[in-house]
Amino acid sequence: MEVLVASATGVLVAVGVYLLLRGQTFPVIVGLTFLSYAANVFLFAIGRLAINRPPIISPDAAGYTDPLPQALVLTAIVISFGMTALIMVLALRGFLETGSDRVDLDTLDDAQAPREKPDPVRVGSPA
Amino acid sequence: MTLWLIALIPFFGAVLPSLLERSGRNACAAATGVVTLAALVLLLSRAPAVYRGEVLRTQVEWLPQIGLSFSFFLDGLGLFFAALILGIGLLIIIYARFYLGRNDPIGRFYAYLLLFQGAMVGIVLSDNILGLLVFWELTSLTSFLLIGYWRHLPEARQGARMALIITAGGGLSLIAGMLLLGHIAGSYQLTEILARGAQIKASPLYVPALLLILGGAFTKSAQFPFHFWLPHAMAAPTPVSAYLHSATMVKAGVFLLARLWPALAGTDTWFMIVAPVGMVTMLIAAWIAIFKDDLKQVLAFSTVSHLGMMTMLLGLGTPMAAVAAVFHILNHATFKAALFMSAGVVDHEAGTRDIRRLGGLLTLMPITATLSLIAAASMAGIPLLNGFLSKEMMLEQVAQTSYLGTPWLFPALAGLATLLSVAYSARLGIRTFLGPRRHDYPARPHDPSAGMWLPIAVLVLPVLAIGLMPATFAGAIVERTALAVVGGPLPEYHLALWHGITPALLISLVALAGGAATFFIYHRLNAIRLVLLRPDAKTMFEAAIGAVALTARRWIDATHTGSLQRYVGVIVGVIVVLGAVGFWSVNHGEGTRPTLPMTVPAVIAWIALIGASIAVALQHHDRILVLILTSVVGLVVSLGFMQFSAPDLALTQISVEVVTTILLLLALNLLPRTSARETRPLARWRDAGVASVAGIGIAGLAYAVMTRGFDSISAYHLAESKPGGGGTNVVNVILVDFRGFDTFGEIIVLGIAAITIFALLDKSLKGAAARRLAALRMVEEAKDAHPMILVVATRVLLPLALTVGAYIFMRGHNQPGGGFIAGLIVAIALITQYMASGYVWAAERRPFDAHALIGGGIAIAGLTGIASWVFERPFLTSAYDYLHLPVMGEFGIASAVAFDLGVFLTVVGVTILSLAQISRIAQRAERSPDTDSPMDIHFAIEPNGTVAIADPVRQEK
Repeated sequence: MEVLVASATGVLVAVGVYLLLRGQTFPVIVGLTFLSYAANVFLFAIGRLAINRPPIISPDAAGYTDPLPQALVLTAIVISFGMTALIMVLALRGFLETGSDRVDLDTLDDAQAPREKPDPVRVGSPA
Repeated sequence: MTLWLIALIPFFGAVLPSLLERSGRNACAAATGVVTLAALVLLLSRAPAVYRGEVLRTQVEWLPQIGLSFSFFLDGLGLFFAALILGIGLLIIIYARFYLGRNDPIGRFYAYLLLFQGAMVGIVLSDNILGLLVFWELTSLTSFLLIGYWRHLPEARQGARMALIITAGGGLSLIAGMLLLGHIAGSYQLTEILARGAQIKASPLYVPALLLILGGAFTKSAQFPFHFWLPHAMAAPTPVSAYLHSATMVKAGVFLLARLWPALAGTDTWFMIVAPVGMVTMLIAAWIAIFKDDLKQVLAFSTVSHLGMMTMLLGLGTPMAAVAAVFHILNHATFKAALFMSAGVVDHEAGTRDIRRLGGLLTLMPITATLSLIAAASMAGIPLLNGFLSKEMMLEQVAQTSYLGTPWLFPALAGLATLLSVAYSARLGIRTFLGPRRHDYPARPHDPSAGMWLPIAVLVLPVLAIGLMPATFAGAIVERTALAVVGGPLPEYHLALWHGITPALLISLVALAGGAATFFIYHRLNAIRLVLLRPDAKTMFEAAIGAVALTARRWIDATHTGSLQRYVGVIVGVIVVLGAVGFWSVNHGEGTRPTLPMTVPAVIAWIALIGASIAVALQHHDRILVLILTSVVGLVVSLGFMQFSAPDLALTQISVEVVTTILLLLALNLLPRTSARETRPLARWRDAGVASVAGIGIAGLAYAVMTRGFDSISAYHLAESKPGGGGTNVVNVILVDFRGFDTFGEIIVLGIAAITIFALLDKSLKGAAARRLAALRMVEEAKDAHPMILVVATRVLLPLALTVGAYIFMRGHNQPGGGFIAGLIVAIALITQYMASGYVWAAERRPFDAHALIGGGIAIAGLTGIASWVFERPFLTSAYDYLHLPVMGEFGIASAVAFDLGVFLTVVGVTILSLAQISRIAQRAERSPDTDSPMDIHFAIEPNGTVAIADPVRQEK
């Protein structure tokens, strides 16, 4: 089981990093989401894996898994939602202001070149 | 307590002049004066105790962990300087009232002045050296503001900037030095440091600490080679020059040398560095002063020269030299502040400060001229005035000093400097006030109102009094102050006019004659000066700053290309390399922890996750598909939490998953739905390589961690959850109780994020973004924007979902659930209304304001925490009891539930605010006619009594 969790974490990280290296906002944001998954799972795994040992105090329980990483991960999940939302909105505002959803600043050459007119944007057209 | 007040009164008082600005200049000046007077009276009320030999102390802890406290002490030295600062401050306040013009914002001036005053008093009264540093930096900042007071003048701004860079740079050096000093002495309290002089001087860190501290003191007191900022600071209004740049701030460096004298002085290193720096400063500045034509420039360089003299005296390291230094600080403060103020008067009344355009003012402005001539004579060191006495004491000390084995070197240099000071004083006094009256003054010179000459007279009085009867008027002050500087018994000395024929007197006489002669051969000397090399400090300074800025710019251009891909690539690459180095530099064995057996469902879930992830990487340009695949990943992750005994996490993950998907969907509504394909295959493979290495690293690390045993601190949480926190769900108890403070911080972060989102999108309803929004056309639109099945389903589900939310919240302390999860569930139920029925419909029916929810949630959580203070427990200590509710069973009611309620409300507010805001923006782009009139079901009763369902859209048409 540990192999599955470890390899899954690795794949999540790899996909996250790969998407982060893309040039447009949406893949970058999805990449961050993947990295959040990976970070949460990794942090959770620090408490080691256990089956049927939920940290709910009960007289019948055979044992408990480590609750602390779970508490940390719980808030991390919610915070990463807040972060995703914020970055998404930043990207959206940037797109609305400039008509471009690239994540890079224009390089010097681009800045000197005449800008293409983005208006009116056609959204939602099939690829 | 009184000491506290003395230092803080000016800070609090600084509010007054700003508030009274509209009430007129007199009210401003009066308020400022009263504040200063109050501090001065308080200070003087403590003087008798100090003069009985007591050292008054007061201490309030600030950050005791790092040894920082608000602690003040008052001894002879502190009293002397504080009285100087407040006393001269009072005179300057009166003078400035008449000096500043009608258009100068006087409230701002007085506010800055009081802030500066407070900072200065703070320096001289501080017992804690870290506190002293805070005040030290404050004087740099406030002096920056004061020098740049006339913002419209470029010289004022440049001078202010130069002063700030030099003195604040020195301040950094001082911070390092003081930290070292505190480290050596084992205490940051000055009173203790001063008692451990021998220990400090014996330390190997003594020399570095000394050099760093001198860096601070020399920059502040304008010692060579940092002297050049002071003349440029003369762009400040004259009251500022008189106050900061002659009487107080520039003496802060000298004060520091005097204050730390018992701890640092008396070693060869001290003597070899401090004495010659002072001597060189004294000589060079005096030489430059002769050739300046601007009265304030002459005085500025003369001030630098006199500061050099004080530094040199302290540098000699003998108790008697320290007495001379103290005496000269007192004398210099009186005559130099008087001279600065009279230079301001001349400027004010004659219209110029240029010596070449002045002369013969004695008969035109007799009062000012008389006062100035007395002060100038004192500066020159003419007998019967106080400047003569301290100069004699200085020469006496220098005459006994042998530097580098040369007994004549110091006396000769000091004699030369004295000679030069006679020359510039003579030129200043004679060329301005004596000689024939001219006819081409820019204005009509006359004596100013009493408000301007009285402060000068008050300062000239001690010049005469101390000059004639030094023992009577200055004896006690000098003795008490010098005792505090030396920190031990003083040698036998007496302040008197006549000491007999001494070497000092001979040097003095030669200097007087030579100075007079210099005055007469001024033009020949000037010709010599013009031949000599004259480095211009300002040009060099600007060039240095320019070079630094250019280098920084080049570095930025080279590294900050604006390419996020490059930054991320570098960051990930560095992390990977560091991780690899760490991995291969140690030997690793196989993990010994027993692993869990694989199961078929787990493998299936794993395949789904891996497959979805890889598909996302490959198909990332199709954004809708990516969204669907991502939610598969999220689902598997929450199943994983479920499997591995983390029900709370599973619930949270699945709810967040829903919210995130809605968020991304809403955003995709406005963003392009496809990404451009990567055009360079090479770059794609390179990125894939970097990503794979990072993934393999993390996978290996995760596996290594999971196959090894560990010790956890969680045993405590498990044991205390029920008896201490009143709940059986340990994760929830950790969140709201054990680590409640963390959670409190996190909901605040969430709130900030939501409000930022609101602000970001709110602004996009204007300007370019709004135009672009309006231009958006929905190319592909559903025929029915609000499908009936969805509308009905969400509305029926709403009360159910709210009930589930309430249940999940209530049981959260004992069973999986709690504020976070319940908040997400309720938010989802509400958000689906926006999805199904449109923004306008949902917003009209929303009974609460999301901002208020966030604010209220954080407030409830915070108040719950504060409530425990009432019971004298630390923040967020929880209490609990049990409550039996019908049907629902037994609930532990802990005060933590109130905290969890705060969490719940914040999460609901954050989620609603973020998503509703995006949906509100999207509303602007939607153009189909029926979007603005969401489908509502109207029940109309027909005349025959049957109930018919009316379609509102059709009706409106």
